[in-house]
Amino acid sequence: MLLSIRNVTKAYPGQPPERAVLRDVSMELGAGETLALTGESGSGKSTLLHLAGALDHFDRGEILLDDQPYSDLGDAGRARLRRGQIAVVFQQFNLVASLTVAQNISFHARLSAQHDTNWTEALTDRLGLRDLLDRYPEQLSGGQQQRVAIARALAPRPRLLLADEPTGNLDEAASEAVMSLMLDLVADSGTALFLVTHSEQIAGRLHRRLHLRGGTLQ
Amino acid sequence: MRATGQALLSHWRRHPGQLLLLVLGLAMATALWSAVQAINGEARRSYDQAAQQLGAAQIDILVPRAGDGIALSRYVALRRAGWQLAPVLEGRWRLPDRSVTLQGIDLLSHPPIPALAQLANSDEMDPLALLQPPGRLIAAPGLARYLRTLPDLPPVLEAPDLPPDRVITDIALAEELLNRSGALSRLLVLREQSPGLPPLSTLAPELIRQAPSEKTSAQRLTDSFHLNLTAFGLLSFAVGLFIVHGMIGLAFEQRRGLFRTLRAMGVSLRGLIALLLVELILLALLAGGLGLILGFFLAGALLPDVAATLRGLYGAPVEGGLTLRPLWILSGLGMALAGTFMAGGQALWRVARLPLLSAPGVQSWSARARSGHRWQALGGAGLAVVGVLSVLLFDGLLAGFALLAGIMLGTALALPVVLSLLLTLLQRSARGPLAEWVWSDMRAQLPGLSLALMALLLAIAANIGVGTMVSSFRLTFLGWMDQRLSAELYVTARNDAEGAALQEWFRQEGIRALPIRSLDTRYNGTPLRVYGVIDDATYRGNWPILEATTDSWDRIAEGRAILINEQLARRFDLWTGDILTLQADWELPIVGVYSDYGNPNGQAIVSLPDLLERAPDIPHRQFGLRLPPQDVAALQSRLQDSFGLPASAMIDQVSLKRESLAIFDKTFVVTGALNILTLGVAGFAILTSLLTLWTQRQPQLAPVWALGVTRAQLARLEILRSVLLAVLTWAIALPLGLALAWVLLSVINVEAFGWKLPLFLFPLDWLRLAVLAILAAALAALIPARRLRRLPPADLLKVFAHER
Amino acid sequence: MLCWLPLQALAQGFAGLGTNADGYAIPERDYRLSFPQDHGPHPDFRIEWWYLTANLQDQHGTPYGIQWTLFRSALQPGEAEGWRSPQLWMAHAGLTSATRHFSAERLARGGIGQAGVSTAPFSAWIDDWRMTAPNATLNQLKLSATDAEFAYDLTLTAEGPLILHGAQGYSVKSREGQASYYYSQPRYTLSGTVTLEGQVIPVTGQAWLDREWSSQPLSSGQSGWDWFSLSLDSGAKLMGFRLRDDAGDFTSGTWITPDGQATALSPGAFQARSLEVQTVDGTEVPTRWEVRLPDRDLAVEVTPLNPDSWMDVSFAYWEGPVQVTGTHQGVGYLEMTGYR
Repeated sequence: MLLSIRNVTKAYPGQPPERAVLRDVSMELGAGETLALTGESGSGKSTLLHLAGALDHFDRGEILLDDQPYSDLGDAGRARLRRGQIAVVFQQFNLVASLTVAQNISFHARLSAQHDTNWTEALTDRLGLRDLLDRYPEQLSGGQQQRVAIARALAPRPRLLLADEPTGNLDEAASEAVMSLMLDLVADSGTALFLVTHSEQIAGRLHRRLHLRGGTLQ
Repeated sequence: MRATGQALLSHWRRHPGQLLLLVLGLAMATALWSAVQAINGEARRSYDQAAQQLGAAQIDILVPRAGDGIALSRYVALRRAGWQLAPVLEGRWRLPDRSVTLQGIDLLSHPPIPALAQLANSDEMDPLALLQPPGRLIAAPGLARYLRTLPDLPPVLEAPDLPPDRVITDIALAEELLNRSGALSRLLVLREQSPGLPPLSTLAPELIRQAPSEKTSAQRLTDSFHLNLTAFGLLSFAVGLFIVHGMIGLAFEQRRGLFRTLRAMGVSLRGLIALLLVELILLALLAGGLGLILGFFLAGALLPDVAATLRGLYGAPVEGGLTLRPLWILSGLGMALAGTFMAGGQALWRVARLPLLSAPGVQSWSARARSGHRWQALGGAGLAVVGVLSVLLFDGLLAGFALLAGIMLGTALALPVVLSLLLTLLQRSARGPLAEWVWSDMRAQLPGLSLALMALLLAIAANIGVGTMVSSFRLTFLGWMDQRLSAELYVTARNDAEGAALQEWFRQEGIRALPIRSLDTRYNGTPLRVYGVIDDATYRGNWPILEATTDSWDRIAEGRAILINEQLARRFDLWTGDILTLQADWELPIVGVYSDYGNPNGQAIVSLPDLLERAPDIPHRQFGLRLPPQDVAALQSRLQDSFGLPASAMIDQVSLKRESLAIFDKTFVVTGALNILTLGVAGFAILTSLLTLWTQRQPQLAPVWALGVTRAQLARLEILRSVLLAVLTWAIALPLGLALAWVLLSVINVEAFGWKLPLFLFPLDWLRLAVLAILAAALAALIPARRLRRLPPADLLKVFAHER
Repeated sequence: MLCWLPLQALAQGFAGLGTNADGYAIPERDYRLSFPQDHGPHPDFRIEWWYLTANLQDQHGTPYGIQWTLFRSALQPGEAEGWRSPQLWMAHAGLTSATRHFSAERLARGGIGQAGVSTAPFSAWIDDWRMTAPNATLNQLKLSATDAEFAYDLTLTAEGPLILHGAQGYSVKSREGQASYYYSQPRYTLSGTVTLEGQVIPVTGQAWLDREWSSQPLSSGQSGWDWFSLSLDSGAKLMGFRLRDDAGDFTSGTWITPDGQATALSPGAFQARSLEVQTVDGTEVPTRWEVRLPDRDLAVEVTPLNPDSWMDVSFAYWEGPVQVTGTHQGVGYLEMTGYR
């Protein structure tokens, strides 16, 4: 298994255990597999994604990536994990504002020393970013920004791509286009995808789907 | 309204640190400014008071165009031609421990002297006693006490309002004490004159009439000192405003949500602005009041040194005490208010244009900021050009200061563009994505930090400039002292008879004695002291010559030439080869110019026999003795035994140099203190700017963190960034500072003192400043960095969440 | 604006109120005046003056009066060179018309040449105020004074001999015997110009010069004097003074016939009585007098040309031209001191 989440419980400060945002959640994701996580607003979808991305701490249970338990890792280990194995696309504000589109796209790959020029070029072309390379994020539309974020996320060929409502701020047409591109590219790069979405239609296009309600998986 | 006000003010309850910084920043700015104002005001009042108390503030005077005085017969002739004049005989009166100004007046003709009014009405005053032997001396209480300890002096009366180093007496007694008779120093042209008098210019062509508006040389010189202080005060105030700007910006930024809520709840924009205005006014008054208190104590602490400087350097008497004046308080509070509005105007403007609903976007930084910076840089270049032009087109101190202000402000304004260019270059040469990001992010931060960095630039440049000036001056001064003070022992006799006896004794004992004798005269109406020297290797070997003919000392020994000091040379553009007319029948070719850092007045050297032929009655009291240093102590005790000379009348070279250097160092204490304070304020400005930027930093940092950079690493980078910006600013400030030093040494000094000094470089000082700047920047970044390191991941993740 | 300090004390000296004569020379009855040296200063005496008054009129008959006085006051007897001189000089100039009165003052230290009196030729001066003669006598004088608001420039010619008052110039001033040396030239004719508010006016008239020096002219009880110099149309002249004293006034004077015969008046012969008192510049002074000299059947009323003839100088006094009516007609000058 690429990602194993075992009996993970997470409560935010002040939450009583029975109202914890995630309670005893377990799930698995294989290499190259795509998984959609749906659920109501506030059901804990994003929190679970953050935990899977080693972005936040959990209270009980364990998460493993390639059998490497997260709880053994300190801040630096988690950062290394994020840098080398995992990529994340959030709903917004993914980009480094002070870098150009080109710099943003290659940023993660260069950070993890997995920069492959050909692959980056390919991503750039396939996401239609060729003409935008010298722009700064604030000069892009929302859809363009998200496409840059996807290119950046996939450029280092991560083992796991975490996407949290990546098209949540886009209109339907743009959303559809961006999502299709992402799914195609994920497939081509052999990356596993853990996608948080509230869209049944998008969820339907992935290998598997899970539903989170009230902090537990259904 | 009340609830709204409370809601607005609750911000400060929750952020007491911010309130503290804001008040402290404004208080510091006000304190520095008002301290300088208080010092200047006190000094100016002292001069005015001195002029007024002496009753000659608004009166024209006649002084000799050249020569050492006005003949008494000329005065009488002018009186008999109908001119109502009052004669004054004034001179340095050498006393055993100090020398003071002795002003002899004709009690019958001199205008009322306010300083003596109280005395005139007192019972101890017997007016006729002033006019009859032994006469009376009148002095301020401190000096009066000292005079009473001296033997053989007439009774001393006290007049508290007199300047501290001035003795007033009847002209008859003054002639005796100054050992001058038949001559006068100046004539006051009294207010009431009969009509139809023959013009003074034909009656007395050898005299110059000076209006009171043509200030005395001391006033002109002290003006430069005060301009200097004012410039520093203004710089400190400007730097302090950067802090205020930062804190107000922060407080407004953090309350944006509150403003929006209040507006949504129906508070009118006008009402909100009014409340914020009231808040600003209250803050300004609070901080201004605090600043005034600080400023008062600061001024009180600095004033004695300033007074010492003005006395030591210009001979301008200033009392060391400080009084609280309503006008000063009002102007201080006014400055605080004006500063607050200048600093808070932008924030208020933003509130006025705050959209009611839309979410706050990421701070736009690139295109708009950059075009703004370009205009700013153009403006800066323009200012620098104006500065250079002003010094090319106009003479004088103000032009010098315009040049300074032009290049300082110009460079400061251009700083963001220059830094941005530098950072782009550095970014290009960067290897690795993180380094690239660091540079680009620094560039992105420039708009928010540029004001603080400008403050830092000004502070560092001022430090380098003034520091280089002072150190160069000090080095030159030390070298000059070594040359000039070459005698091992300086002896001062109590009177001319003793002087003659001493000389005879030195001759018998075979001690090489150089008489130090001088004549106070005038050249073109300005004071000139002419020294007579004997031919001695001491002069040939040591005198601090700037330029001279090879045979200069030979020709002086023959009484056929004159050496002049740099002040005189520059003031009248007289150099080697020119002719100096001392008196109508006394013209000498100038054979050299020597440096002279002891006083701002003109000075010259001729042969002593020649001088004595012209002025046989000049004081004969001072000697420089050449002897092996180890014999100095023994000679001192022999002189004490043989002549009863007090210890204070014999100063050895080492002590004299030490005292001179102490006076010199005191001169620049104030400058040094202001320098350090300015740097501190600049560091503070960086801190407040970084704190203001903090809320905007999270969206910048969160993506990088999410991509696998630890918070600790980001925190370290935050500090590094601040330090790098400081280092870059320092690098730009360095040439600016040196330019400043050059202007100070070659333009301002020439105007203010009449001498030009060589520029020395002190790289160690620059390094020290770099370290200070780095420390200040690192310390300023420490608080946000620590905050970042401890920030819960959840807070960073919020950046990406649906709502922020 | 005048100097601040010693004036009050100086004024006392000049006003003659200094009442002891330590170290100063004292007038002696048997001294015989000798000229020209006695026209010059006597530095061993405390005070001295050269005192000239004149009644003038312009071509329309408009009357004026002028005064020119040089005082010498010694801080110590004797003389020294330069600023060390103990001699102080003061001068007063006055110009009076029926409606205006101007006064001016000059002060000077002795020893430096700013003020003084020399005898051969005669010259008395302070600043640019001058009384000079072409020779060592007082017969031909040029007189001038200038101030911001007025000036005069006059030529005087003596028409008779010098008059020695008292006993050959020894003039007793009190019952205790205080005295001064006192002589006059009471009979000058003059012509010249006065300048008043920028207007130059040609004038003619007659003048009277007094010379007096002493060291202790007043006794301790005396508070001031009233001094009259009257020129009667008959050609006779009367000098009379009253020294006011708590213990009874002392009066004296000299009657001068038209041919220059002087008769000293015995004490009490000259009578002066105040007819009217006015407040002038804040001070009450008599401005109308009845003067009687029963020996000569003289009973006249003396009225000032301008009651406001107040000399606003370091020590203030009243000095101005007067008209004489009654048994005799004429003009003259009146001086009143010690009222303030």
